Amino acid sequence: MTDTDKRVIRLDNVSKSFGNFQALKGVSFDINHGQKVVVCGPSGSGKSTMIRCINRLEEHDGGSITVNGVELTDDMANILAVRREVGMVFQQFNLFPHLTVLDNLTLGPMRSRGADKQQAQGTAMEYLERVRIPDQANKYPSQLSGGQQQRVAIARSLCMKPKIMLFDEPTSALDPEMIKEVLDVMIELAEEGMTMIVVTHEMGFAKTVADTMIFMDHGEIVEVAPPSEFFSSPRSERTQLFLSQILSH
Amino acid sequence: MIRKNKKPRLNWIDFAVISSVVGFLIFVVLRVDSVLNYSWNWNHVFPFVMYLDEDTGQWVSNLLLEGLIITLRLAVYGIIISAVIGVVMGLCRISSNLFLRMVARSYVELVRNTPPLVFIFIFYFFLSTQLMPLLGIDELARSDSPAVKTMIWILCGDPILFSNFVSGLICLSIFEGAYITEIVRAGIQSIPRGQWEAGRAIGLSRIDVMRYVILPQAVSKIAPPLANQFITLIKDSSIVSLISIQELTFMAVEVGVSTSRIFEVWILVAVMYFVICYSCVLFFNWLERRAARSKR
Repeated sequence: MTDTDKRVIRLDNVSKSFGNFQALKGVSFDINHGQKVVVCGPSGSGKSTMIRCINRLEEHDGGSITVNGVELTDDMANILAVRREVGMVFQQFNLFPHLTVLDNLTLGPMRSRGADKQQAQGTAMEYLERVRIPDQANKYPSQLSGGQQQRVAIARSLCMKPKIMLFDEPTSALDPEMIKEVLDVMIELAEEGMTMIVVTHEMGFAKTVADTMIFMDHGEIVEVAPPSEFFSSPRSERTQLFLSQILSH
Repeated sequence: MIRKNKKPRLNWIDFAVISSVVGFLIFVVLRVDSVLNYSWNWNHVFPFVMYLDEDTGQWVSNLLLEGLIITLRLAVYGIIISAVIGVVMGLCRISSNLFLRMVARSYVELVRNTPPLVFIFIFYFFLSTQLMPLLGIDELARSDSPAVKTMIWILCGDPILFSNFVSGLICLSIFEGAYITEIVRAGIQSIPRGQWEAGRAIGLSRIDVMRYVILPQAVSKIAPPLANQFITLIKDSSIVSLISIQELTFMAVEVGVSTSRIFEVWILVAVMYFVICYSCVLFFNWLERRAARSKR
């Protein structure tokens, strides 16, 4: 395989502003198939905005984003095609409260992949087993704990059989004792070879799973390095400062 | 936790309040009776609801009952039409299309910022006279086909008044539809942004997100204010009496003038409106309880 075949995401000089605030200032990087990238940085540094641009929950104003060979433009068909290949897990879970867990999982495959009900439910149960909560299938999201809800959200994304998974601070809204059960599921997923971009402050997770660390600050990528290098000898001063703040306790 | 099923117990303050209210009411009634010098005669009024035809020995409905039936028809059709207008316009109100948004916004603001009476007169004099021939309502009413005639009789009453009835109905529906538009818009916008994002992230189109994610959640938020608006619609239907729709209020005026039993007529009509509206309140409460139960 050549390099271009392996590349699944390419950001080229991407910028994005909210009014006067420039959230992204010319961000560029490539992600290859099977790569696990952990993005960290202080709040307001543009991490979330960047991964939200990848499935166009935010529109970028400049530069180009190519996902799986499809460039993101205003073309709705392109956007839908990209979204079917890219799964997203949110900080606030965003499960559909009026649907049971099972219906949460089957809605996407049935409506956007055209799967029939039985097939979709089969897949859904399979993924609920994988996140270890098949017994909760007929409950409503409000009856589950935060950790269980986030695992349902991961399963919901996986039901779409995405090629890439995006995680936007998946453990930040969880009680401490529930963080591990969610991270375990994510680690398993990484071991199976899923391409992942994870925005997180869980540095333990980053050390185990990531093959690339990206540090962002003020809408720019400050440092890109493999975790061994990143944690032991960060080159930039801003990275050093950030790491000393979050690793000191 | 506070126990909700605790039996309400009355203390001395409650008794004091209740007795002063009862005392005040007795005072008012006595006062009205002595000052007004009015001889109440309910027997004059009841035959205008229904009377016994001596020749045939059958009960025959009279003006007030007929008015009541027209009011009920206005209410039922008005609720349906205004709900349809409200949902369509509510969706336009939050559409990404600027033109649709402007149309919906203009509609809402025009209706909301004119008094109902003024709106109804303007609508009736200028629009309705154009609209009725355009829709072919007049022709339909004059149609000789017996099937059409019976349909009109069953659904809308006397064909002679059909065009009149339809314009009153459209007027009322457009008027109430504007308020329902705002209720629908507010309900949809109250659903958190994350629900949109989650729906779109699993590849659903905008319409599918609306249909399967947003609207089902919005419905339970919209229901209580919507029920309230429907009851308002029933009461507002009395306004169309001013453009000679022969509903309950119109008939009450007629009967009041011809019998000069003004007080009895209006009290009776008030009771009739109250019964209709309160039955609706009970019905909507029952629906809400049922919906709440089926959720868990």
